[in-house]
Amino acid sequence: MSEAVTSEGSQTQTIEPRRERRLAGFWRRFRRNKLAVFGLFIVAVMIVTAIFAPLIAPSDPKAQNYGLTLQPPGEGGLMGTDSLGSDVFSRVVYGSRISIESALISVGLALLVGVPVGLVSGYFRGFWDEWVVMRIVDSIQAFPFLILALVIAAILGGGLGFAMIAIGIGFVPAFVRITRAQVLTVRGLDYVEAARAIGTGNLQVMIRHVLPNSLPPLLVQTTLAMGYAIIAEATLSYLGLGAEPGEPSWGSMLYQAQSYLTTAWWMAFFPGMAIFFAVLGFNLLGDGVREALDPRTHG
Amino acid sequence: MAFLVRRLLLTLPILFIVSVLCFSMINLIPGDPATVILGPEASEQAKDQMRERLGLDKPIVVQYVEWLRGVLQGDLGESLIDQTPVATLIMQRAPVTLELALGTFAVSFTIAVFAGIVSAYRRGTWVDYLSTGFALGGVSIPHFWLGMMFIIIFAVNLGILPASGYVPLFQDPVANISAMILPVFATGLRESGELTRMLRSSLLEQLGSDYIRTAFSKGLSKRVVVIRHAVRNALIPFVTASGLQIAGLLGGLVVTEQVFQLPGLGRLVIESILKRDFTTVQGTVLVITLVVVLVNVLVDMLYAFIDPRISLSSKE
Repeated sequence: MSEAVTSEGSQTQTIEPRRERRLAGFWRRFRRNKLAVFGLFIVAVMIVTAIFAPLIAPSDPKAQNYGLTLQPPGEGGLMGTDSLGSDVFSRVVYGSRISIESALISVGLALLVGVPVGLVSGYFRGFWDEWVVMRIVDSIQAFPFLILALVIAAILGGGLGFAMIAIGIGFVPAFVRITRAQVLTVRGLDYVEAARAIGTGNLQVMIRHVLPNSLPPLLVQTTLAMGYAIIAEATLSYLGLGAEPGEPSWGSMLYQAQSYLTTAWWMAFFPGMAIFFAVLGFNLLGDGVREALDPRTHG
Repeated sequence: MAFLVRRLLLTLPILFIVSVLCFSMINLIPGDPATVILGPEASEQAKDQMRERLGLDKPIVVQYVEWLRGVLQGDLGESLIDQTPVATLIMQRAPVTLELALGTFAVSFTIAVFAGIVSAYRRGTWVDYLSTGFALGGVSIPHFWLGMMFIIIFAVNLGILPASGYVPLFQDPVANISAMILPVFATGLRESGELTRMLRSSLLEQLGSDYIRTAFSKGLSKRVVVIRHAVRNALIPFVTASGLQIAGLLGGLVVTEQVFQLPGLGRLVIESILKRDFTTVQGTVLVITLVVVLVNVLVDMLYAFIDPRISLSSKE
């Protein structure tokens, strides 16, 4: 520690290797967890599929062929065709784009709102924190998540864009709570007091000293929320308040499949499996990140 | 007692904010709510009538006070579609959702207790892997899709259970139960995943405690130690946590009711949203949320009652 304070240059040199060591330790623990690696693999496959969808999908996901409707897998392509003659495999491949995109936007929105609110509220505490912010958070969390998202999407007018906003708003309380809880644990610690004592401004203390300590649990929550956002988007689209029925979204494919359960099982089976694996991937990844960050949580 | 008073005091602002949010629903519709509800082709006269009916021509505080006064007297307004009182619609639909919720809770709780205990008891064996794999699958699976798969397997292919529809319990109990089996299991299996994971980790935490080591050192068998000591303590947070899942459960039932065409509160919300019947949406969402708040308060009180070490301050 003594060399860390001799000069600014040597301080950076000691901090950098420490950060690298921490990252290396994290990666080593993460790699040891086979399920977490499997989760990372699924998520990576999903992202690659979303990026290279035009190269992977054999046909246009919106192309309709009325001469080839309801063809089972094999005869009608890898995953068969739907009631409009569209290739189910191509639609599932393109569906990964909508899922990833909507999950990123809704979780990003929740982070953008939830983290600053949790940070400021927990840092300053007092009446506003306990009786206004936290009570609003409690109240929003009293609404069942899906019902809240449904109502917000309906009020805003439906459609995928509004569905993403609705899901994002539903996630905000969780991010406020997690950030605030972390802030409360570190705001009284010596190094934060020391930063304040040498005259560092509140904003700088929050951003440079308090926020970095909130990042690990936020990272876990973000990963897990991505999985839940995929289910939420699919649910809203299934209920007709997300993506339009013609769009290659996994949820709207299930909405379309509902009328053909007796004749074309593949229309429902494959989009559902895609949702399952995507969510499983994010859940395994989230669990793995949590365990690698805090080995004591390992079950 | 102090805990009870503080918990109830904390509930009051929540109830107030929930009521404001539900009330604001119609006012938050972008643009003119009357135009959104009736459609752009509606005449100006019809729109004026709608605004008057919704009370939108009055100051917002007056609107809220009048609405709240009605709510406190059990008047949730009238449906915009057929003028049926919203409270009547809710009373008609509530038994279906209640039955579905209780059935789902029973299934998920039973599976979770069994799988969670076996998994922790046989930690590191194939039974544990199977059980945790099942739990992880449960939390990752969209339960409305699981419902669809159940329909394909048990209703379409095997033909042993109905695919959809509802018969009231007292009208034909057998038909009622056979109609509820698939929806209850589709939602229950998913809910059990989260609960199994929770109980397993709670039990493993208990099994690492000093008092468990003491029990083992006294020569007690593993079965006795786990069942008599560890499970008893692990169940305290588990029971309360499962009670607190009511919000997630009620949200999930919305979709289940849609898949299986069950005429419950969730379906009422969706039907009303699609018909733009916002007073019905408002009233139903308010009632569902109040149920969640009340259950949470009761669960917290139960928690403090069964474990006297708990105080609200330590929970926060």
